[in-house]
Amino acid sequence: MSPHLSDAVSRTEIMIAAITRMLQGLRHVAVGNSSPIPGSAALLARALSGGKLRVSLLGSRTHNAFTDGGRELFDCAAQGRIDAFFLSGGQIDGAANINLVGLGGYPQSKVRFPGSFGSAYLYHLIPRVILFREEHTPRTLVPKVDFISAAGTSPENEYRPGGPYALVTGLCVFSFDRQRRQFRLQSVHPGVSAADVREATGFDYAAPENVPVTEPLDDGALELLRRDIALQVAETYPAFAAKTWGVGV
Amino acid sequence: MPTGDVVIDLEELVARIPDGASIAIPPDYSGCAMAAVKALIRRGCRNLNLIGVPSGGFQADWLIGAGCVASVEAAAMTFGEHGIPPRFSAAIREGRIAMKDATCPAIHAGLQAAEKGVPFLPLRGILGSDLMKYRPDWKVVDNPFSDGDDPIVLIPAIRPDIALFHARAADRHGNVWIGVRRELMLMAHAAQTTLVTVERIEDTDFLADDAMAAGTIPALYVSAMSVVPGGARPVGLAGAYPADTEVLSAYATAAKTEDGFRRWAGEAIFGKVPA
Repeated sequence: MSPHLSDAVSRTEIMIAAITRMLQGLRHVAVGNSSPIPGSAALLARALSGGKLRVSLLGSRTHNAFTDGGRELFDCAAQGRIDAFFLSGGQIDGAANINLVGLGGYPQSKVRFPGSFGSAYLYHLIPRVILFREEHTPRTLVPKVDFISAAGTSPENEYRPGGPYALVTGLCVFSFDRQRRQFRLQSVHPGVSAADVREATGFDYAAPENVPVTEPLDDGALELLRRDIALQVAETYPAFAAKTWGVGV
Repeated sequence: MPTGDVVIDLEELVARIPDGASIAIPPDYSGCAMAAVKALIRRGCRNLNLIGVPSGGFQADWLIGAGCVASVEAAAMTFGEHGIPPRFSAAIREGRIAMKDATCPAIHAGLQAAEKGVPFLPLRGILGSDLMKYRPDWKVVDNPFSDGDDPIVLIPAIRPDIALFHARAADRHGNVWIGVRRELMLMAHAAQTTLVTVERIEDTDFLADDAMAAGTIPALYVSAMSVVPGGARPVGLAGAYPADTEVLSAYATAAKTEDGFRRWAGEAIFGKVPA
């Protein structure tokens, strides 16, 4: 958590701003479960695209056009019909491996996380997988994950049209360099320094000499987010929408 | 109306689930036979092998807490906004249940293989995941249709002994309407025995109406059913009634301890008045 940002809402909104920009010009974005920040970004990106971007938001009745059961998202992804998706992790390491299973041994994990969901599959098939994790600390961003739910990179001989594109945290944005197999610091959120990020990150990464500041949403987009998108988000994430924008309370 | 040997009471329905059965259950947002799960716990069922399609939530945690479960196969165990299922994580920590961690499409593919009557289906991705280390039943082969090197994972068929779920309605022929929740269709196709609870039985024929037929499981796949209005409470049933978030949240808190779970089960499942 950043001590520099004025409040948790602005941290949430700067993460939404960063993700929204990564979705510009895409055709179809899917959002998995437990992903309120990416869900907000996807719905905002759709509104900003004039409705050109298709959004499939799991858990939503209104913003989800799948009609063939739980499998359809996965079949759709394997055919290349989804351009971007979002994954998180209890741990994320410097090679973009993610751990959604647990800490301290397997199968008898001392701390058990929910499980891998579709990550082991979707990470390989969707071209632009955006990792997100609000808590940016050495315990979440680690040198090596305890359990690889989904591997960040693959040997050359494996079929892999998809993979990590960026990691958005409460402090900064990293891009992922698939050739070098490492993250690169792309921008720091307002009020955060490059040194703050270095100190809070458990893995090594590349960084330019001068790190730009993550650009916030412009006034028009911010108003759209707080007014219209907040209500759309509330259908699927009522607790999040209430906490962030006070809607539905 | 469907005949008397198809529509049975809830106790008879759960009596058809033998100890040691493999049993496929839907996630909390689909159609969960919560009342049937309570009846199963009251029956004292043991050694169930749960298959979450593709994940498990409250049903699984109740069954684990009540000591009914030997193993769980699932892509995740989650209560969504209510956190991690506490009886599940305690059972994992103490090594009391066997966990077969999966990924969502592998569960779907295994059931699809069973649906097709084939021994396995190939699936992309997964390579490089630690899941492969702990799933010796998932094999890697070289794609025989490729000119070059192309390793691909094979997922064996999952043929559950039982599929158990709750749906909005059945018709007079025993066809079950599930609407857009087609993972329930997949479960019914794949399982050897499908047991369903429904809100009501309507004196009509869903298959005569194309709009309904597309979301209807034909009676051919349905072994038996019980009429249980409100049978998906407290997780809710889309289009019928919402989740009771207060009840769910109270459970998530109570079940953090073994004692808390026992007190909750005494009241909510066995109907004991608290002392």
